[in-house]
Amino acid sequence: MSLTIEDVHKIAGLARIALSGDDAEATRDKLNNIFGLIEQMQAVDTRDVEPMSHPQDVSQRLREDLVSESDQREAFQKIAPQTEAGLYLVPRVIE
Amino acid sequence: MIHASLTELRAALDAGKLSSVELATLFLDRIDRLDSGLNAFITVNRDQALAAARTADADIAAGRVGRLTGIPIAHKDVFCTEGMLTTCGSKMLSNFVSPYDAHVVSLLKQAGAVTLGKTNMDEFAMGSSNENSHYGPTRNPWNTGRVPGGSSGGSAAAVAARLVPAATGTDTGGSVRQPAALTGVTGIKPTYGVASRYGMIAYASSFDQAGVFGASSEDCALMLSAIAGFDPRDSTSLERPAEDYTQALRTTAADPARPLTGLRIGLPEEFFGDGLAEDVRAAIEAALVTYRELGATTVPVKLPNARLAIPAYYVLAPAEASSNLSRFDGVRYGHRAADYGDLDDMYRKSRAEGFGAEVKRRILVGTYVLSHGYYDAYYLQAQKLRRLIAEDFRAAFAQCDVIAGPTSPTTAWAIGAKTDDPVQMYLMDIYTIAVNLAGLPGLSHPAGFGADALPVGLQLIGNYFDESRLLATAHRFQQATDWHQRRPALAA
Repeated sequence: MSLTIEDVHKIAGLARIALSGDDAEATRDKLNNIFGLIEQMQAVDTRDVEPMSHPQDVSQRLREDLVSESDQREAFQKIAPQTEAGLYLVPRVIE
Repeated sequence: MIHASLTELRAALDAGKLSSVELATLFLDRIDRLDSGLNAFITVNRDQALAAARTADADIAAGRVGRLTGIPIAHKDVFCTEGMLTTCGSKMLSNFVSPYDAHVVSLLKQAGAVTLGKTNMDEFAMGSSNENSHYGPTRNPWNTGRVPGGSSGGSAAAVAARLVPAATGTDTGGSVRQPAALTGVTGIKPTYGVASRYGMIAYASSFDQAGVFGASSEDCALMLSAIAGFDPRDSTSLERPAEDYTQALRTTAADPARPLTGLRIGLPEEFFGDGLAEDVRAAIEAALVTYRELGATTVPVKLPNARLAIPAYYVLAPAEASSNLSRFDGVRYGHRAADYGDLDDMYRKSRAEGFGAEVKRRILVGTYVLSHGYYDAYYLQAQKLRRLIAEDFRAAFAQCDVIAGPTSPTTAWAIGAKTDDPVQMYLMDIYTIAVNLAGLPGLSHPAGFGADALPVGLQLIGNYFDESRLLATAHRFQQATDWHQRRPALAA
């Protein structure tokens, strides 16, 4: 496979990363090299192999549905780029 | 004192031969004097360190002594530290002061360790040379024109240059073992799930695992014992009783001259093939002669799918990274672009400005392999290869107790030599990545020198939860050799 400039712009759009025209070309070349490495995987027949998502194959732990965290809004919002009255501020999304 | 082991430092502190404040000052002064040439630290906080050292001195005076009380350490800047900058090597987090401590950080605090600062790293732990740091590359103390390895290169270089006695790191594809090898120190990553990932900024969650660096296996055993254990705040933390990894080091051998009698060391032919530099091969083979003299036997083993570890890793890790790093959106913390239009524009510009080139590449690779229509061909196939690789190790461990080989195919390379070619950089992790795919523990210890007097590391891979055996094996080697006591000129 080989990615086109359009592919690169589409992926960057999905990943929410702004990409200029010059950057897109250099990025495409490097990504195609990386996919060249990745393609080595396709030579292996894995029809009967069970996918492995976790080294220990453990299941998710459950806990009682109880309050375990205290309110730390002030501490957390102190490091936010923009807040007001306990809210995170972003550009208007609803007219 | 800068060459003392953690055990010797403990004894000196307990005997009142020096105070924790004096010890912290000694290392802080070395950082002041030497780190401008190494760039091993992103943040050094003298006031906080000395305050912690004063508390440690009071605790020692009152007899409240833990194993690490008053011992200076450093944390890789991937670990959240309350009230201290945590950048993860990224511009994205250049202003991030964490509101809480990572579990590993709080455990080391409870053990009484004194944090001197935060060490440099490849941005978001993505890299094998520390050149991907927004804060500039770390330099190898053995030759400042060379890389220290990565991504925990700052911690490795700091321990090698004796700017700090021991340090934490993380290992997703080799990021503790490879820099340990390239800087001539000892480093261990435990079995996946042994140390909590809580507060450790996520890169690829099914691989990320905390580890430690020290001058010796003994120092690593003390550090690892402090950070291991179950933590309910990490969903992949394993519910096992905490282990004291120093115990196995204290056992007495029946035959002191041959303390490794009975140990079967597996040598995978795939780790000794083409691509292994001759100087590294010679050092590893000489170290294996020592292991045999110590009583161990070596047996050939096969890891036929190990060659697929790098391709599989560069699907799975970027896929997980693209998901994990979506949290950096300029809303709740981290970098936000100065000028933007709508919300989408704010995300796009903040992320474009905040992330470096390699981090963006991995996010893009991950986004692509997870996108509609490609999941089976990439992600699922890589997960199946992961199973095959884990099964290779299972079969190998039926024939041996530990697996040994080189940690890295070459010694430290020149700064800038591989930065234009990501694939060449990825291939430097050829011997370490399979271990992460399987979730096994791995250790690297100094095993001699290659060309240009650069250190060579030997990797020991253990079966699940066999950290004690790895540490004890390396300890026996270090009792019989002095490679781990060699120091670069600036720490002579």
